[in-house]
Amino acid sequence: MTDGSQDGPEGDGGLCRVFLVDDHAVFRSGVRAELAGQSTIEVVGEAGSVAEAVAGIGRARPDVVLLDVHMPDGGGVAVLRSVLGSDPGGVVDPARAPEPTFLALSVSDAAEDVIAVIRAGARGYVTKTITGEDLADAVRRVADGDAVFSPRLAGFVLDAFARATPGPADRGEPVHDPEVDSLTPREKEVLRLLARGYTYKEIAEELFISVKTVETHASNVLRKTQQSNRHALTRWAQSRHLD
Amino acid sequence: MSENATGPASAAAARPVPPVAGPTMRPLAVPAADFRWYPQLTRVSEGSVVAGVCAGLAEHLGVRVNYVRLAMVLLATLSGAGVALYSALWALTRTAPARVGAGRVDERERRRGMALVVVAVAGAVLSFMVTTATGLSVIVPVLVVALGAGLVWQQYDGGGRVAPRSVFDWARVTAGATLVVVGLAVVVLGQVELAALRSSLLAVVATLVGVGLLSVPVGLRLWRSLEEERAARIREAERSHIASHLHDSVLQTLALIQKRSDDPGQVARLARRQERELRQWLFGAGSRMSSGAATVAGAVEVMVGDVEDVYGLRVDQVVVGGDGPVGDAQEAVLGAVREALVNVAKHAGVDTADVYVENDGRTLSAFVRDRGSGFDPDTVDGDRHGLAQSIRHRVESRGGAVRVRSTLGRGTEIGIEMPLEGE
Repeated sequence: MTDGSQDGPEGDGGLCRVFLVDDHAVFRSGVRAELAGQSTIEVVGEAGSVAEAVAGIGRARPDVVLLDVHMPDGGGVAVLRSVLGSDPGGVVDPARAPEPTFLALSVSDAAEDVIAVIRAGARGYVTKTITGEDLADAVRRVADGDAVFSPRLAGFVLDAFARATPGPADRGEPVHDPEVDSLTPREKEVLRLLARGYTYKEIAEELFISVKTVETHASNVLRKTQQSNRHALTRWAQSRHLD
Repeated sequence: MSENATGPASAAAARPVPPVAGPTMRPLAVPAADFRWYPQLTRVSEGSVVAGVCAGLAEHLGVRVNYVRLAMVLLATLSGAGVALYSALWALTRTAPARVGAGRVDERERRRGMALVVVAVAGAVLSFMVTTATGLSVIVPVLVVALGAGLVWQQYDGGGRVAPRSVFDWARVTAGATLVVVGLAVVVLGQVELAALRSSLLAVVATLVGVGLLSVPVGLRLWRSLEEERAARIREAERSHIASHLHDSVLQTLALIQKRSDDPGQVARLARRQERELRQWLFGAGSRMSSGAATVAGAVEVMVGDVEDVYGLRVDQVVVGGDGPVGDAQEAVLGAVREALVNVAKHAGVDTADVYVENDGRTLSAFVRDRGSGFDPDTVDGDRHGLAQSIRHRVESRGGAVRVRSTLGRGTEIGIEMPLEGE
């Protein structure tokens, strides 16, 4: 996840190749138009269904896939599963070509949807109301191997980890739960600032750390969300769903 | 035989009236079966003594229920014609839907009705015996079977209850079934010799097994098609539910937007409000919004929606932590957040803001952030100062704290912390 295997071709100001997956053609053309103004981003293909997406990604070999969550026949999670295989975020076979990075771009901000695609291996989650500029920035960030959080996603993750820890959450004190690899105080702080609407740069200024460190924290949170905390998140999502 | 709770004088007035609304107006609320241009004979479920046949007839014909009962009793003495008529009407008519305000019959009327039932049955039996010269040995088992069948019928009649629930229901069904079996057994055993009993029992069992084997596929098929039909009906109801919701919300808004396409502010507001409503309908069902403003998360959503509608501000809200009821402390925080959002809309010169609310069990914290013009907290003008005071006063009078951070050109963040007691 954090091994930086993704920052190949676009690392030194090269072109970032983007693939669009969304079942609404109108929305795809809108994103295309928004990204067309960005000199460092090139849209190399698009797809409107899960099968098309899997085939298209295999052919176009993009750096970043902008992935819709709600689609017929399985949605974004199905695409993630078939492209990343059964072990999302696991050890990547070095013999295989580098896999694309996924950025979820959805109109839904329901907790179940967000958590599901993050767990399936998406490196970030932004909602469709994002501006073209912010979207381009998010694309470049995931291409560089960072995690991109929308404030809402940060809120969901905070909520998930707060619920996973027993009793009232103790601020600033790490909770030792053998089952749950919980967030460090610093990671919580970063998430909290993200949820308050801060950018990575603003968080870095606020906490007197470098932007790179903020990105590392966010990546770590994402890794924990995807792997270590899978049990707790499932439980949490289920309990939320049944509420 | 049966009574109507309404007095005799109002019986005619209480006749069922066909619904006035045509079926196209409210397709879901009025099932097609209920709509008729002519009054339909129905039984009266509430306040019936036996099955509500007499009360239903009285309502239908517009005569007093006592006359109907007496007519039934007289008919019953014609070799049981009245009893047969009553049973036929019982079996063939539907129960009228329960009406508001109609209670159960009082005890006196019930007793009188029961007495009439006894008179009718006795009259029927006697006249039947006299006219056809049959002995009591035949009549009594038939009566027992009829009584048992009546009890079971009554259980599975009105109310739509299929499975017996209370002890009384079970007792009634059991008693009815026992009476039927005993009555039939007396008849059968009276006719057959005990020596032939074994072979006849075998024959009965064999017949039952044969019939069962033959009817299983038919029964299964009937059951399956019934299930399919039910599923289709549910799907159809769901579809028309969705259609009517979209019609009432999204399509209306789109029509409005087309009309107002020259006013971008209004269009944005309409679209935003519709988005919020639809989102809440699609994703928030049963959790936050449907509980209204009863919880903190719900109250934040309602309050934010309100500000968005009134001021055209777009607010991204994140609510984290245990959701709880809105008490005084929570209300103060929410009021302050609202005030801060209004400030953003009026003074910051931007149309977006972020709201973050967190409840960690001991403290309720809220942050309102914008990326607008910002100000220097030391040199605020009177107007600004007053509003900040209204936020401060609200929160600090309840033991909370407010922190305002603002940088010229980079926006403002207002942080509110409120300790929670007793949690």
